[in-house]
Amino acid sequence: MALLAVNNINVYYGAIHAIKDVSFHVDEGEIVTLIGANGAGKSTTLQTVSGLLRSKTGSITFEDKNISNTAAHKLVTHGLAQVPDGRRIFLQMTVRENLEMGAFTQPAANVERDIETVFEYFPRLKEREKQIAGTLSGGEQQMLAMGRALMSNPKLLMLDEPSMGLAPILVEQIFEIIQNLHKNGTTILLVEQNAQAALSIADRAYVLETGKIIMSGTGEELLKSPEIKKAYLGG
Amino acid sequence: MSFLNFLISGISLGSIYAIIALGYTMVYGIAKMLNFAHGDVIMVGAYICFYAVFSFELPPIVGILMAIAVCTVLGIVIEKLAYKPLRSAPSLAVLITAIGVSYFLQNAAQLLWTSSPKVFPRFFNFGGQASVSFFGGQLSVSWTTIITIITCIIIMLALTWFTGKTKRGKAMRACSEDKGAAQLMGINVDATISMTFAIGSGLAAIAGVLLCSAYPTLVPTTGSMPGIKAFTAAVFGGIGSIPGALLGGLLLGIIEIMAKAYISTQLSDAIVFAVLIIVLLVKPAGLLGKRVNEKV
Ligand SMILES: Nc1ncnc2c1ncn2[C@@H]1O[C@H](COP(=O)(O)OP(=O)(O)O)[C@@H](O)[C@H]1O
Ligand SMILES: [Mg+2]
Repeated sequence: MALLAVNNINVYYGAIHAIKDVSFHVDEGEIVTLIGANGAGKSTTLQTVSGLLRSKTGSITFEDKNISNTAAHKLVTHGLAQVPDGRRIFLQMTVRENLEMGAFTQPAANVERDIETVFEYFPRLKEREKQIAGTLSGGEQQMLAMGRALMSNPKLLMLDEPSMGLAPILVEQIFEIIQNLHKNGTTILLVEQNAQAALSIADRAYVLETGKIIMSGTGEELLKSPEIKKAYLGG
Repeated sequence: MSFLNFLISGISLGSIYAIIALGYTMVYGIAKMLNFAHGDVIMVGAYICFYAVFSFELPPIVGILMAIAVCTVLGIVIEKLAYKPLRSAPSLAVLITAIGVSYFLQNAAQLLWTSSPKVFPRFFNFGGQASVSFFGGQLSVSWTTIITIITCIIIMLALTWFTGKTKRGKAMRACSEDKGAAQLMGINVDATISMTFAIGSGLAAIAGVLLCSAYPTLVPTTGSMPGIKAFTAAVFGGIGSIPGALLGGLLLGIIEIMAKAYISTQLSDAIVFAVLIIVLLVKPAGLLGKRVNEKV
């Protein structure tokens, strides 16, 4: 059964037709990646799934419930969480407060326990617990953004370019953590420009180009595909 | 002792400005708009309290609570009807609407309560005394002044606790930083904005009662000048900053009273605004304001 199914969505920014008839699905337990160049429409797609933008057509279902018109803030309680493009952590709040905001929909009794779990994934955050988030390094901010999203105990975690602007060693760490989260039962929808890294951990992948899905397949298939090699993997 | 007297009056007037400025600054922080009708909510609060106590002969505390209740609801309604539909409109449209709401409230007050001045009653007498003497009678401070300052301190402590320690208060700060990200956390942004207007307007009611206790002439335009001064105080301290509103309010009140006492009564307002201009030239974000790059 598809955990998330996106059917024929069309998203506009005023007159700009950013997403053209896009359909894809994510099954429970999968890592699915959406790759594409800058401006292809990856973030627009994720924001539409999260309810921050609306599609003019089609439908989005999560666990077979139609969520196309559900308010963004209500989707969190359904089990959807997003680590947005550019991290968008609360820069003037402390690391702990950011995590608490991630747990906004959770019962107060679980918050301490969940913060400890996040600290197990990201020990660096524990050292920085009382620090103002704006003073963290880029890698730490990415970890905080991921930890914050985990605080809602999502069934589906959507990550928008988690490797953006990070040194290769940190990218490796972040991808390892994504795989750990997956092992522990979280379904992952990963948006990336870093096709090599994304395809090598993904079960399935979709390629987005100027708002359209132009190709899909397993991670392995796409890694071997000559077109993909040429366009996204540097030859 | 006269300097001390002026200082205390300045702090008291500044406390009122600070309470009003908190409403401006909190609403600006979250809705990124200047609610120019805020000053007129003060006036509505004062009238409600006046009629509750005068016409219905309710005890002052009930009058104050009624004023708070009415203004809280008024704040929520103004936001729903006038500002919410303009959430994604250009800021000039919002500004003009806010000025419109301000005039609407003043005119509605004129229709309801006429423009003839009301003399606000003196609530704050204890043991038959309107003031307390210190230093063997050399310094006399009115109960109104004392209560105004204490109220301001309590409000500041309560708001610091609310925004720093409670879930809803932290959510309010999250919304003022990034509404989209706040929604991704499951925070209802509309409800949070509504709550902020409610708090700001409730505080405006308290400011209205305190203001009219100190300056008892109540007319439909009573709120406009203190509103503008408090707005100035909020900008002075750094718009969007809660401690900034307190600091800006207190400094503005002290400068105003000192200018009146030592320089000129007529020029006091000009001096207040001159100080504001100088501060903004040196620190464009205000005394405690942060220069945050707004994300698109
Ligand atoms: N707020 C916006 N207003 C207008 N156009 C936008 C906006 N955000 C994105 N776009 C346009 O929509 C297209 C898709 O953008 P986006 O989803 O951010 O791509 P990606 O995440 O793949 O880099 C781009 O052409 C971009 O210029
Ligand atoms: Mg993007």
